[in-house]
Amino acid sequence: MDYLLTEEQKMVRELARKIAEDKVRPVAAKYDASEEFPWDVLKVLAQSDLFAIFVPAEYGGTGGGVLDLCLVTEELSRACGGIAVCYAASALGTFPIILFGNEEQKKKYLPDLASGKKIAAFGITEPEAGSDASAIKTTAKKEGDYYILNGLKHFITNGGDAEIYTIIAMTDKTKGARGASAFIVEKGTPGFTFGKKEEKLGIRASSTRELIFTDCKIPKENLLSKEGMGFIVTMKTFDMSRPGVAAQALGIAQGALDVAVKYAKERQQFGKSISSFQGIQWMLADMATEVEAARALVYSCAREIDSGVKDVARDSAMAKMYASDVAMKVTTEAVQILGGYGYMKDYPAEKYMRDAKITQIYEGTNQIQRNIIALQLIKETAK
Amino acid sequence: MTIDYRPDCLNSINMNIIVCIKQVPETTEVRINPETNTLIREGVKSIINPFDMYAIEEAVRLKEKFGGKVTVITMGPPQAETALREALSLGCDEAILVCDRAFAGSDTWATSYTLSGAIKKIGTFDLILCGKQASDGDTAQVGPGISTHLDIPQVTYVKKIDPALACKGWVRVERMMEEGFEIIETPLPCLLTVVKEINEPRLPSLKGMMRAKAAKITTWTQKELQLDEQNIGLCGSPTQVIKIFTPPQRTGGQILQGEASDIANKLAELLKNEI
Repeated sequence: MDYLLTEEQKMVRELARKIAEDKVRPVAAKYDASEEFPWDVLKVLAQSDLFAIFVPAEYGGTGGGVLDLCLVTEELSRACGGIAVCYAASALGTFPIILFGNEEQKKKYLPDLASGKKIAAFGITEPEAGSDASAIKTTAKKEGDYYILNGLKHFITNGGDAEIYTIIAMTDKTKGARGASAFIVEKGTPGFTFGKKEEKLGIRASSTRELIFTDCKIPKENLLSKEGMGFIVTMKTFDMSRPGVAAQALGIAQGALDVAVKYAKERQQFGKSISSFQGIQWMLADMATEVEAARALVYSCAREIDSGVKDVARDSAMAKMYASDVAMKVTTEAVQILGGYGYMKDYPAEKYMRDAKITQIYEGTNQIQRNIIALQLIKETAK
Repeated sequence: MTIDYRPDCLNSINMNIIVCIKQVPETTEVRINPETNTLIREGVKSIINPFDMYAIEEAVRLKEKFGGKVTVITMGPPQAETALREALSLGCDEAILVCDRAFAGSDTWATSYTLSGAIKKIGTFDLILCGKQASDGDTAQVGPGISTHLDIPQVTYVKKIDPALACKGWVRVERMMEEGFEIIETPLPCLLTVVKEINEPRLPSLKGMMRAKAAKITTWTQKELQLDEQNIGLCGSPTQVIKIFTPPQRTGGQILQGEASDIANKLAELLKNEI
């Protein structure tokens, strides 16, 4: 389907596809097995300016938008969902600074993030605060010109490997959700250490660690926006980044579909290729249709954000929820089409299935996405 | 016409590098029209000759390290502009397309003469880099031809360039041999053809692609170059292609079986009949 991309967006997609094929696909299985952080690939992404696409031009970026980010994430995910999330999670950690940073903060942090010299991460989740983000216990206490951070974040993508972190902590516990604030914390700040690295089912090239704050003293200039804005920062950031997760899911689904089609044409059973069987054809047709429907939703939502539409929570949630559900379904079907081979690690199908699962869980579980969508529906009809 | 050779870059190396590239069909199996003896280009994507990618990369690396400028030049039809823009996206600074119907049908003599004419028009340079050969014609003649027309030294099959001597107007290179390599020192300006062992070409960058898209490409025709009509295009090409063909596939060999002495006898008999 032709999505009427601009010349620049086509250029972005072409470049990302080339990098995905030349530099990501050949090492996808290696990093999946070793769980090492794919620094060599990220270096290529940086040299090719892919970290610059979502940063405004005045801070070293190319001034692209969410759709550009989605195109890159989709192409990378088609080759490896794990490496793609290292990239997309840096965008997630960068968005709060783009959206809420003051001039000094933008000047200080964005150029290095745009060049890929440093990568970013976003930290809100805690052991007892997942979907219920208001339950976070990490505190930030103001003392003179500093804030003192104490607490534990976990499941933080790029944790330990990123240099720049946006951290959500409570500045006033009595106010509940309105007592949370967002801070920029640099790796190496005394009192900021990393806990265990998680072993995961999928997206194993990406790192997921605990962040530990023990009397971690950060300058008050590192407060993003104002005290009490922590959840607004989070919600607005997620509105921007959810299409990115949706694009990751979309790429994983497309990658699995590519594998399934190729295999179905090659695999001979009963004296002919299995793609000549209607049972297989119908599966492939459903998979392709759902992937295309997900793409239409993801791109539309990304375009809407780029054109400046204010309230995108519902559409962003729909895109993330639908694309990730499609990814889970399509990757499972791909394994089915490959049969016994699909279940084996020598073939790429099972990795897509493992990588797909997380997209239904992170950046708001798909149940939370449905809450957002339903709430919006009810609000609209109440008018 | 005189060339401003600059062996006097004593203070900074600041190399002015010219890279000659060719646009070729993206295929290892070149199809040939048996009637016209020319390449069939229809339906085949055009790319920069893979060997030239190493020349571009090396030029850009030298520039990044020591300063200077990289000018990429190609002779070809108007669509060769795509190859030049790709070279710009990889870090080359300027691009020149040598394009005229009068240059059509050039063999390696006429091509190297024409390119050397364009290089004379550029004027100042320290180094010319070429890929060791083109993947379609495989002649490896145009690079050496250019250096001959310009009357500058050439080293072919270069796998390493050490510019430490550049401030003295020299360059030291390693030249690939079948076994081992030669170390050659040559005065600048010179022409080097490079092999794939020299580096690993980078992928383009987005900013580079955007810059390349907007860049102006200079086109020089015979009008600008005023070359000797006897040496350009088809009539300036001494090479006459009598026939080009795809060699027939080798048929499978014959395997002799039996006792060693019987096989030896059979083999001797077969060889005798062959002669």
